[in-house]
Amino acid sequence: MKSAQIIYKAMACIGVSLLLQGCSDDSLSRAINSPHPAGEDSQQVVYYSSFSQRPKHLDPARSYSADEGRFIDQIYEPPLQYHYLKRPYELIPSTLTEMPVITYTDADGNPVAENDPALAFSTYTLTIKPGIRYQPHPAFAQNDQQQPRYRFADATASAGYRSLADFTETGSRELVAEDYVYQLKRIADPANLSPIRGVLAEYIVGMDEFAETVSEARKQQQESDPRYQQTGWLDLQPFDFAGVQVLGKYQYSIRLKGKYPQFKYWLGMRFLAPVPRLVDEFYHQPGMADRNIVLDWHPVGTGPFMMTQNDPNEAIILQRNPNYHDDRYPSEGEPGDAEHGLLADAGKRLPLIDKAVYRLEKESIPLWTKFLQGYYDRSGIGSDSFDQAVSVSSTGVDLSPELKEMGISLSVEVVPATYYFGFNMLDPVVGGQSLPEAGQPADPEAQEQARERARKLRQAIAIAYSEEDRISIFLNGRGETAQSPIPPGIFGYQQGPEGINPYVFDWDPTIRKEGSDSVGAPVRKPIDVARKLLAEAGYPDGRDAKTGEPLVLNLDTPTGGGAASAQQVWLIKQFKKLGIQLNIRGSDYNRFKDKMRSGNAQLFQWGWSADYPDAENFLFLLYSKNGQVITGGSGVNASNFSNAEYDRLFEQMKLMPDSPERLALIRQMLEIYHHEVPWASGLHLHSYVLDNPWVRNTKPHGISTATLKYMGIDSRMRESLRKERNQPVWSPLWNVGLVVLVLMIPGYQAYRRRQNQRVLVSPTAKGGHN
Amino acid sequence: MLAYIVRRLLYAIPILIGVNLLTFALFFMVNSPDQMAQAQLGDKHMDPQAIEAWKAQRGYDKPLFINDAEDSDGLLTDTIFFDKSVRLFVLDFGKSDEGRSIAEDIQQRMWPSLAVALPTFVIGLAVNIVFALFVVMFRASLFDTAAMVACVVLMSISGVFYVFAGQFFFARMWNLVPISGYLGGMDAIRFLILPVIIGVIGGIGSGTRLYRTLFLEEANKDYVRTARAKGVPELTVLFRHILPNGLIPILTSVVVVIPSLFMGSLLVESFFGIPGLGSYTLDAIQAQDFAVVRSMVFLGSILYIVGLILTDISYTLVDPRVRLS
Repeated sequence: MKSAQIIYKAMACIGVSLLLQGCSDDSLSRAINSPHPAGEDSQQVVYYSSFSQRPKHLDPARSYSADEGRFIDQIYEPPLQYHYLKRPYELIPSTLTEMPVITYTDADGNPVAENDPALAFSTYTLTIKPGIRYQPHPAFAQNDQQQPRYRFADATASAGYRSLADFTETGSRELVAEDYVYQLKRIADPANLSPIRGVLAEYIVGMDEFAETVSEARKQQQESDPRYQQTGWLDLQPFDFAGVQVLGKYQYSIRLKGKYPQFKYWLGMRFLAPVPRLVDEFYHQPGMADRNIVLDWHPVGTGPFMMTQNDPNEAIILQRNPNYHDDRYPSEGEPGDAEHGLLADAGKRLPLIDKAVYRLEKESIPLWTKFLQGYYDRSGIGSDSFDQAVSVSSTGVDLSPELKEMGISLSVEVVPATYYFGFNMLDPVVGGQSLPEAGQPADPEAQEQARERARKLRQAIAIAYSEEDRISIFLNGRGETAQSPIPPGIFGYQQGPEGINPYVFDWDPTIRKEGSDSVGAPVRKPIDVARKLLAEAGYPDGRDAKTGEPLVLNLDTPTGGGAASAQQVWLIKQFKKLGIQLNIRGSDYNRFKDKMRSGNAQLFQWGWSADYPDAENFLFLLYSKNGQVITGGSGVNASNFSNAEYDRLFEQMKLMPDSPERLALIRQMLEIYHHEVPWASGLHLHSYVLDNPWVRNTKPHGISTATLKYMGIDSRMRESLRKERNQPVWSPLWNVGLVVLVLMIPGYQAYRRRQNQRVLVSPTAKGGHN
Repeated sequence: MLAYIVRRLLYAIPILIGVNLLTFALFFMVNSPDQMAQAQLGDKHMDPQAIEAWKAQRGYDKPLFINDAEDSDGLLTDTIFFDKSVRLFVLDFGKSDEGRSIAEDIQQRMWPSLAVALPTFVIGLAVNIVFALFVVMFRASLFDTAAMVACVVLMSISGVFYVFAGQFFFARMWNLVPISGYLGGMDAIRFLILPVIIGVIGGIGSGTRLYRTLFLEEANKDYVRTARAKGVPELTVLFRHILPNGLIPILTSVVVVIPSLFMGSLLVESFFGIPGLGSYTLDAIQAQDFAVVRSMVFLGSILYIVGLILTDISYTLVDPRVRLS
């Protein structure tokens, strides 16, 4: 009995302390439904956002996805960056004093002109600004002897350091050219699994040789060095990399095979950001990887922010880098930027905020609710909340009155990406590119006939497949039909009647486009044109003219049921317009990839988002040497399209700067694309982003994610609006309590009645009362 | 009893090998090491050399079950199955396919799982028992019928509905709790209130019905009738006589799940953004991270076996007639 009393007292104490915790000063100063800790934004300007998938890689050599880029692009600084406001996209120096100086040489090393046929090498010389310093980090901490503070002989010595926060001492050092060169060596080292190693090895002199040497060295270390077996640490600095040289403390060069104008774009990507050898060594110490203390998880850079918390189970926090160099908000942009207030912060020192907090948010409904409550500053629009957020009318897309009243603004951007419905050109029915059976002589005439039949079949399908309907039904109108692989905003994209696919569309000059003053729009050709083409292809009314058998085509897809099935029903209807039976073969993603790799798919859906804003990065999707089958799955030409003239034009075009001559070549390539129809259709997605009224400088940038430093937040306005939007409503709880109390009264009465019930047992009764 | 426990633990070894073999076979039927590497490395600019390096770094470059290239020593041991399975028996989970330490991840994520599962379990159990006892008190009355109808209704509603309804009313309409998320320390309490309430309400229907049946069986026994005949108040009869004896069968269904509380709840953790082991497993399945899936299945099997042993032991504690041999 006594022990029971002690337990009751203890429980009461815990309850009271929990209540006190809930009513502490900090707690009272914020709304009770706030998902953020109290006081987090009281002393500094904080940007609140979310992430749905934890970033897999934060090592700049490995990270490729935009989801990861939104974090590490704020931390690492590649040599070049994109101008925040100017369009078309423009590269400018980031850590460089000026744009790279490019020199061209022949095979013997003699200087040659840019267009000289003898050109064998291009050398990029890059000079970095002196005085740029790294963020504070324990890798730079030094002891009294000016040696690295944290060096461990074995795992036992490092056992006390469970996380990066346990390393209490930090240091910094200046950025030097060697750091950029070291990162290029890391990319070249196959052990680092860089996704761009293969691409860059085609161009950078000596990259493959460097990889071979390093791999051999790793093998030897693995066999002989116990420390290596434990840590995997190999110092890459002593290994010679012929194409990459340190020319001085602040200068280095990169030598390319031939000419590769697109290389400048790689210089603006995170892969080529600096990583000091010191940092690499710090993370490769015994026991560190076992506690997830690795570069892939804890980035170290010179950028405007540093990652102070990487707990993807809860939050990822970026804090202003106190050592960030002098960087100013741009003072010029494109027309209209000043009117939109995008130049109000011109000349101010960057970054404009102190901290960015990203919280884990897997579900769309909580994300949307928190945005409306003001706990997230920005939000996309999911399909669940689209109708609540946006109204589509004859004048175009507009915010709903409710959101307008809240001061929320909408920005729409065409994503520099292309999603398409493709044909496998190696398929004998829809492609006609397949080679004759082994041992049988090729019959050029028969092959040409087969190609022509297949081409007409593809054209017929392209006319019948209404991308406009798909965008309207399944994407809430968030997209536009692609007339070519090149999306808007990229050199080579053509608007108006000249830009349409004349084999699929007609230009109607009388249509007025929604929300625009421009007149005229593409109109899909009548279905009868498609039927005629289908008959010419040998399938009148969707049946084989020779056998009378219905034409059955197969769409291979990695998706299953659910929402996908509605789209599949719609797809079947598109083909039914021509009498073609569409068979949808769903499989898991791995099986689907296998089919694509081996050329066994017939129809498929695929997509590509830009690495960089150049037509080459889209037109190479149809370059024959990038075919999925001939490259064993690594190529980007999923259709396996092969056209000698297209290839010739592509090879010529990719070496040219943007110019009228280049545009003419692109037009010729697109004419081939339109005529051959390797894709039935394509679309460019629109991205809709909502901003709460306290957020400024959020101009969408389709290519770069390193834009956090430009964003501004009005913390006071946020605080005030948050309070207004989050008034707690207690009355329902009191009402529920009241109802429970009312219900308890008859219950208590019934209990009392039962307790006081007189039990009369008659002499004839056999059983008692239960 | 010690001999019994040791024997049960030894029995567990072939069960765990079987579970591991089954998981391994199922996973590798769906995924080849090449596909796993591609999934981890991404589609863009896929480099065959990178795929080979990824496999070599994680030991996926060996044969699955039998290594013909090795002599008798390495025939079975120098294989992916042996490499990945034997270590599990000493709870060395190794690294995930992403390259992170699984043991570290489990250590971090088990606390949020427990923070949700433990209060839901304890409060839910208490509520169900108390509610079932009151229903028994008013048995064969209108209240009993109404309560049973309510239980059936509660059981028939999908768990996802409770989540959406709870989030809509408590978080969105009334602004009383955060709609989702998780913070460490005492801040966690604000985030746990709603999932715990929803977890408890979601379990009331089935729990109350089961416990009512068990308590009714006790309520009709002679010792209860005797107590009533002696004039013992009804509440005392319920809580001092029926409850302790009714708890014995409840133990079988309760003790076995206690160790599994570590594993978390897929549904609740996923919808409320709680970073526990349930969402960890779900993420791993979606990312086709075999190393994590295998570790979690193995851990789940161990905990279930421990739960069964604990159930047997608890029998001996609450019912002196039961002896383990």
